[in-house]
Amino acid sequence: MNTIVVAQLQRQFQDYMVSLYQQGYLDNQFTELRKLQDEGSPDFVAEVVSLFFDDCAKLINDMSISLERPDHVDFKQVDSGVHQLKGSSSSVGARRVKNVCIAFKECCDVQNREGCLRCLQQVDYEYKMLKTKLQDLFNLEQQILQAGGTIPQVDIN
Amino acid sequence: MTREELPNLAESKLTALVVDDNFVNQSIHQKLLSRLGIQNDVVCNGKEAVDAHCSGRNYDLILMDMDMPIMNGTQATKRLREMGIESKIAGVTTRANEGEKKEFMEAGLNDFQEKPLTISKLLSILHKLDFYVQT
Repeated sequence: MNTIVVAQLQRQFQDYMVSLYQQGYLDNQFTELRKLQDEGSPDFVAEVVSLFFDDCAKLINDMSISLERPDHVDFKQVDSGVHQLKGSSSSVGARRVKNVCIAFKECCDVQNREGCLRCLQQVDYEYKMLKTKLQDLFNLEQQILQAGGTIPQVDIN
Repeated sequence: MTREELPNLAESKLTALVVDDNFVNQSIHQKLLSRLGIQNDVVCNGKEAVDAHCSGRNYDLILMDMDMPIMNGTQATKRLREMGIESKIAGVTTRANEGEKKEFMEAGLNDFQEKPLTISKLLSILHKLDFYVQT
């Protein structure tokens, strides 16, 4: 094990993780998720966020269809989708996605189709951005492990 | 609380049922329970929870989501209580104004927690419902 390489990678991981919180991509719920990962389920976080991203893709597609026709928007369906998305984003600590959902719900409540479309576009952007960021984070984890190191605990506070 | 300090309730042989239509929440809630040594099953809506009990299954604890298709948490809780099910039922939801929460509680809940669930919140549920075991 090259201890210098491991230390560098660990530092990179820590800095990257902290930046994700500071930039608002993640919140404390992600920390809670990481606490659940253990030797018995070393990929737990990656598996849960993968479920979340699948959820995002499906719900965004469904809401897009509901919002398609200006004369026939099913706001109840859209509201249901936003509620689901807000719930799962909250559960994984996807802070920006959750915040867009809050604004999205407000647009649904007043049946503002244009506002909903804007929020839909934004939530699509945010989840894809988070997906890329977390993939980079997981790649760093793999590099640390392959170099013989351990994943450091990161103190966000 | 470190991982090593978490109570392990495996010896108590507690069982739990996760009732939630969202796969992300199902996964997290099951993991939380497993981490505490609580054997658990999962169903996707209130009707499946009722059906599970009709087929003879029984659980010490039910984590019941509120908003679900086919049969929601409030309806399922009422139905389970009508069936004479005495399991401890903890409602877990993100959508709850005071009126909805009151209705959910009055359906027969023993406790209520806002999502997202964490280890601390689950321990709080277990403690309140007298399942808590000292480390």
